[in-house]
Amino acid sequence: MTQDRAIADTVIAIIAEQAVRDPAQIAPADSLQELGIDSMGVVECIFAIEETFDVTVPFNANNPEAGSFDISTVGSVIAEVEKLVAEQRS
Amino acid sequence: MTRRVVITGAGTVNPLGHDVPQTWAAMRAGRCAIGPLEGLRDLERLSVRIGAQVTGFDPAAHFPRQILPLLDRATQFALVAAREAMAQAGFAPEGEAQTRAGVIMGTAGGGNTTVDDAYRTVYEAGRDRVHPFTVPRLMHNAAASQIAMAFGLRGPGLTVSTACASSNHAMALAVQMIRGGAADVIVTGGAEAMLCFGGLKAWEGLRVMSTDGCRPFCRTRNGLVQGEGAAVLVFEAEDHASARGAEALAEVAGVGMSSDAGDIVAPTRDGPVRAMRAALADAGLAPEAIGYVNAHGTGTRSNDVTEAEALHEALGAHAARVPVSSSKSMHGHLIGATGAVELLACLLALREGVIAPTVNLVEPDPACAIDPVAGTALRADVQAALSNAFAFGGLNAVLALRRA
Repeated sequence: MTQDRAIADTVIAIIAEQAVRDPAQIAPADSLQELGIDSMGVVECIFAIEETFDVTVPFNANNPEAGSFDISTVGSVIAEVEKLVAEQRS
Repeated sequence: MTRRVVITGAGTVNPLGHDVPQTWAAMRAGRCAIGPLEGLRDLERLSVRIGAQVTGFDPAAHFPRQILPLLDRATQFALVAAREAMAQAGFAPEGEAQTRAGVIMGTAGGGNTTVDDAYRTVYEAGRDRVHPFTVPRLMHNAAASQIAMAFGLRGPGLTVSTACASSNHAMALAVQMIRGGAADVIVTGGAEAMLCFGGLKAWEGLRVMSTDGCRPFCRTRNGLVQGEGAAVLVFEAEDHASARGAEALAEVAGVGMSSDAGDIVAPTRDGPVRAMRAALADAGLAPEAIGYVNAHGTGTRSNDVTEAEALHEALGAHAARVPVSSSKSMHGHLIGATGAVELLACLLALREGVIAPTVNLVEPDPACAIDPVAGTALRADVQAALSNAFAFGGLNAVLALRRA
């Protein structure tokens, strides 16, 4: 549980940096779009996630909706990263 | 009276062929040169492992041992293409005539492979020296300078670097330089060779590359596929060409350039529209006169939709009728050289009445309301053609060609 909290906090910190906001202002229900993160910002977030967690995120900017990685909200990104980290540990 | 500019020679080395006849044959047949990348160092560390490579190209067969260490792969392609173009033009200036002939080449990556190799040497291998010719190989003007030296072109010489529009901008400047009186002949086009580990890694980062193919205007498209190669054209003042009895392959009737001044990667509709309109106006052509458009057509989600919309805005109702194809589906995206290779597709249409197809298009995207010439080449009587190039950074260059 502490482990997962750490993942969530790190993902929020990454997103907060892109959104130029305080992490405390970021809620799981927020969409990346609402936070003012454009497509280039999304690509940078994913890069930061890959580098931080040493995972590979399946994401193609040409059709974000077609990938298996759900980037619709902060919460969905956290859930996806948790999955990837769990897969990596198993 | 403005001088008219014609093309008197064409040459190429690209994934479809090592000369213009081979390239035209491949375009007629709708042959796709995109496949698994081979022979790259650290290939297994790439997540994108397809591309359109120039295969069967032996540098030692084209260049002596003393010259070869000075030539990056991109420059090798450029020089071989220039030889073919100059031979066709039958142009070998001497004396003062050399000062009236110049060269303007386009490239986005310059000697990218040379940079990659040099960085490996100092960073990865930890060596303290690189090859002594690293700088003359990697500089963006290497191809322009080598062409000038090879053919005695002592007039204006320069390189233009505007990402995916580099060679179209180079050719547009060549037209204006001839019209402006700075030269009678400009050898122009583009060269690119970025299919190396570092070059591909940089593109992977943007997440716009397809891992399974280039399908412009297709609903299933998922990105661009990189190619490599060069094409070189001899642009010449019409009066100069006719005085020496050179055959005009086509007229470069108009050029149009614009900046989106919008987003560093996402295209706008306005910029391409203005570039197309400017090219038509410069050529004195009505939209209805255009019989073929070689699209920028990268196969990315946003380019193809935006380009189709821009075509409707620039050409009006004619946009729904005129054949529009992306030859990138066959030769890949040659980045800074792509406009020059795509000009060959326009020459094929104007001279042979054959419109190169958009191959691998399985399901036309209803969001792209154009005729994409899917699958197989089309026979058509083409009197004039447009060739589009819209770069990252929002820099656009369009050429309008007319049958000579």
